[in-house]
Order: sequence, then C-alpha cells, then structure tokens
Amino acid sequence: MTARAAALLADGTVQRVLGWEKGDFDYDLTPAFFETADELKNLVYGDYSGANLSKYLIKAGKKEGKTLVFLKPCDTLSMNQLMAEHRVDREKVYVIGVGCKGMLDHEKVEAAAAKGEKKERLELMLGKCQDCKGKTFAVSDEVIDDEESRVEFGGNRFSKVAELEAMTPEERFAFWQSQLSKCIRCNACRNVCPACSCNKCVFDNAASGVSAKVNANEFEERMFHIIRAFHVAGRCTDCGECSRVCPQNIPLHLLNRKFIKDIDEIYGDYQAGESVNERHPLINYTKTDAEPSIVYERGGRE
Amino acid sequence: MLKLNMSKIEALYKALAAQQSLYLPIEKNDKVDYWRWAEGEDVRLTVQNTNKSPKNLFFPQLENMVAFNVEGKSIEIIEQELSKEKFVLMGVRACDARAFAVLDRVFLAEPVDSFYAARRENGTIVTLACSAPAKSCFCSVFGIDAANPADGDVTAWIVNDEMYWLPRTEKGERLTESVKELFTETDDAAVKAEQDRVKKEIEALPFSGLSLEGFDGEHMKEIFARPEWESLSEACLGCGTCTFTCPTCQCYDIRDYDTGHGVQRYRCWDSCMYSDFTMMAAATNRPTQMQRFRQRFMHKLVYYPMNNDGLYSCVGCGRCVQKCPIHMNIVKVMKTLGGQKK
Repeated sequence: MTARAAALLADGTVQRVLGWEKGDFDYDLTPAFFETADELKNLVYGDYSGANLSKYLIKAGKKEGKTLVFLKPCDTLSMNQLMAEHRVDREKVYVIGVGCKGMLDHEKVEAAAAKGEKKERLELMLGKCQDCKGKTFAVSDEVIDDEESRVEFGGNRFSKVAELEAMTPEERFAFWQSQLSKCIRCNACRNVCPACSCNKCVFDNAASGVSAKVNANEFEERMFHIIRAFHVAGRCTDCGECSRVCPQNIPLHLLNRKFIKDIDEIYGDYQAGESVNERHPLINYTKTDAEPSIVYERGGRE
Repeated sequence: MLKLNMSKIEALYKALAAQQSLYLPIEKNDKVDYWRWAEGEDVRLTVQNTNKSPKNLFFPQLENMVAFNVEGKSIEIIEQELSKEKFVLMGVRACDARAFAVLDRVFLAEPVDSFYAARRENGTIVTLACSAPAKSCFCSVFGIDAANPADGDVTAWIVNDEMYWLPRTEKGERLTESVKELFTETDDAAVKAEQDRVKKEIEALPFSGLSLEGFDGEHMKEIFARPEWESLSEACLGCGTCTFTCPTCQCYDIRDYDTGHGVQRYRCWDSCMYSDFTMMAAATNRPTQMQRFRQRFMHKLVYYPMNNDGLYSCVGCGRCVQKCPIHMNIVKVMKTLGGQKK
C-alpha cells in the first residue's frame, strides 16, 4: 500500500494521500493527509483502521489536485453517497480499495486482556464489523486485497432491530431512555457521520431556536438523536461510525438501521451508496410505491 | 493511619451514606461513573479511570442560574437556591483530585462562583491511590503522585484487601471521626511499600518521559505560531468528547430558555471545539477548526500555567487519549511541539 501510494505521489497522479497515521499504541491511529514519501512511513493499515475516511474527502476536495484515499468496502458506499449529494467530486479522488478482515475495537481487546480471556477475532471487532455488509467495493480505481480479506462473516444486521420491534412500546421506550440518557451531547456521532455534511447544523445555529449544547431533559435527549436519524434516513449507508465514536457507547446505529429495515420492507431492498445516480426511495416516486395505508400497516410490497 | 478490611467496606458506605450523600464509581449501562450510592449498586471502587471525570459533582453539565417571570409589565426575578446537599465523593484518583485545584483557581477566584463554591464547601473528597495505572496515564508529567494523592480531604490506599485511610484536612478529620469505630489504628509500612511498588510502575509507563520544556509563557508566541498546528488539527472532528470528559475543562455557556411566561437562565458546559464557542456580536471568535484546536492545547499547556503560577491545566488522566474518536490528543500535541521523550 505504502509503495503504491508513494509511486502515485511520485508520478504526480495524486498530490496527497489520505490514510491512517501511526500512533503511540497499536490502536490510536489518526486519519491524516500524507504529502511526501517520507511522511508515508507513518501510514498504517491494520487491525485498528476502523475510521471511515470518506467524509474527509469533502475537505480534500477544496485542496489543489487529486487525493488518493484508501477505502474499505463499507467506506466506498459512503464516498458514493457523498458523490450522489455532490459533496465529493469523483475527478478529484483516486480510490484504492483495501481489503478488510474486520476491524478491532480496542476497548473490547483491552477488556478481554484485563480479564485474561481468549476471544475469537469476531468477538473483539467493532460492532459495525460484526455486522459486515460485504466485501464489494462500490467505487475504486484499483483494489489491494487478498483471499483472507474476501471471507464473508457478517451475520443478520437487523436482528437487534427485530428484537426492539418485538418489544412492547413501554419496553422499547425504557430501552431508548436508558441508552439516550447517557448522551453528553459531544456531537461526535454527528460530526463523524458522512451523511451529516451540512455546512451549519441546525443544532449549532443560535437563530434556529433549537440549538443546544446540553440535553436539558429526557425530551431533548431523544429529540437530537431521533431528528438526526430522520435527517439521514434514505442516505445513511449504515457505515456504523456513529456507534464507533460514541464515548458513551450508545448503539446509535440501531436508530438508522430501523429506517433502513423499514425502507427495505416497504420499498424493496435498498442500499444507500450502491449507486451514485439513483434517487433513494424516500425522495423518489414510482407507480409501484406502497400506498400510505400499507406503509402504516407495515409490510409494504411483499 | 487507620485501616479497614475490604470485607467491611459496605459497612463504611452505609455509615457514610447515613450522614450524607455518598458518591462512588458505580457501573451503570456498561459505564463506570460517579453515581449516588444506594444498597445494591455495582460499586467499582478500583476502576482506572471512571468514564467521565467527577467534575460534574461540583460543576454540573447543566445548572439553572436564575429565572424571570414576566406578567404584563412586571418582571419577577427568581433567584436560584444554592445546593445544600452535603456529600462525600470517594474513590477519586490523584489526577482528578488535582483537577479540583485547577477548577478552584477559576471558580473560587474573585468574583467567586457561588454555585461552585457551595458544592465545594458541602463536598468531602476521599481520594484513592492508584495501584494499577493505565498505559494512557501520564499524571507524573505534571508532578502528580498517583501513589500518594496530595489533594483531597482524605487519602485511601487499598493494599491486599485492606483499606488504609489518612485524613489530610480538617474536613477529612471530621469525616474520619464520624466513622472511626469501623477502623483500627495501624502504621504506614504497608502503604510505604505499596507506594514504592506503584512509583516504579508509573516510571515505566509509556508517557512518563514526556517533557514540558518550552510550554511556558516565555515561549507562548513561538508555540502559537508553530506550523504543525495545521496537520495536528487536520483530522479533528470538532466534537466535544475531549472537553466533556476532561476533568479540568471549565468553560461554560449561559443561555436563556423561553419558558413561555419568562426566561429560565441556565449554564451548560461549552467546548472550545465548537464553532459557536465564545461567539459574540462582534464576531471575534475563532473561525477555523485549527484555531479552536490550538486554543484548547494552548489553554492547557501555556495560558493557564502562565496565569496560575505554573500550574498546568492538564492532569494526565488519559481520558482524551482513550476516547478521542480520531485519536488525536494532548500527548501527540506535546510530542510534536517539542515535548519529546527525555
């Protein structure tokens, strides 16, 4: 990877490389732009390259010339979605797809080590990787991978959503209340989200009347996350970054995944970011769309 | 020095909680934070470190300040009562305890912040010496001794199933007096041996060799102008994780909530990482993330010590090291800007 990046920098195909920079430990990699072969010595792709780099392409697009970016299969969906929303210009990006065996969660690894437990790799992975959506690259100029990184292992990513659906409204309310009450409104979920690319978020805009830096009550705790889930519905690729970055370990992706499951059931299977030119089901009209009454009753098109 | 066998720790919790509120590291929803203790709670006294710092016990994330009721042309001002809750905060690590000294210099300097002062007055802090510092810990860089916490009203050590207890202040003496029958007198031999062991462990930690050379008022302009701020801040998401989990971050915003018949004025934690931080009509706040990022670390490592007799406003608790979503942190900043390993 490093050699290929260095070659593309040297021959002028790209002006910079977006990758993961080595830290002080194995887990603390930082997304970074590399501009010289010397800087590339700190490029790392390993067990802790969980961060999805696609949102940084918005920033990279404002710089001169082309940016080489390393994207894992799931990350490519985010880049496509950003292109669909005209936030990223394909002409300014050189994509190298990199194979992925599933990324590790350092908190899980450390917890297991502290207890002296030996665990399977799958158990130590980031939640988003345990629910891997597949090994296909939705966009790439070239791919670097191997047999091992093509092995599929994802389970049913909607099983937890189905569990929540099966709950009584009271149980479900209690579940979300206990989870969302942990929120400290750090905004990490929003800021990392490739679908949250507004120049100014309504929650940061003092003139909006809803801007806030703290959850004053349970209503506000719910409002922020539920509004966000609605806002990204149809555009969320289920990249799982929201849950990965949450310092309070709130399973935020379940809100988005509920929307995805509903869209799949009502309008037919749909994966945001799979195609750049398609309108997603929530902003598209077709004669076969489910009638509102069917939507209300769930089930939609059988 | 006093001691108590850990098998009787519940008796100590009960005795303390019988006189005042007792806050301990308690696990809820997979996270260990300071919660008010009640029987049956999942206490994790020896956790290293709690998820969030205990600063919210003195400086809550949200706090009402004053309310106004409007009726026709009359405005009624409703003053906010100060907290009267007497409490014991137990299990505080040396780093978090030092953080209170940092907050004190902000909130107890004239004009005194009465909300903070009331809670500080009502709270008694029992620190707990570290026995297994984490790899992300670097309190020793700032002259903090995790094996012998000097801040706080009482210091406790846990060595081989015994808790050793040493009151440090008058407040600590009073608290000790009220639960003295649970303890027995002892010498400090076991504690001394434990301190020596832990000190060696601390010296061997990956960040213990960080240097603070150059992070002072004399080099302020030089550090401010360093070109590396650009690359250091490049990946910053501009979220508030570091500031909200930090034990010393003390900035807050004051806002008015429209109650429909008046105003509830409150304050809440603010973050210098946010785009509207210190936004004023004159539009003087920092427009780029690089500037916001730089502000946070300049404040911790240069401005605060300049204005506070060299006291740094980082205590090396390591929460930002563990929690930053993109793993940029004060250690990487210090290393890049000169604080190389000795």
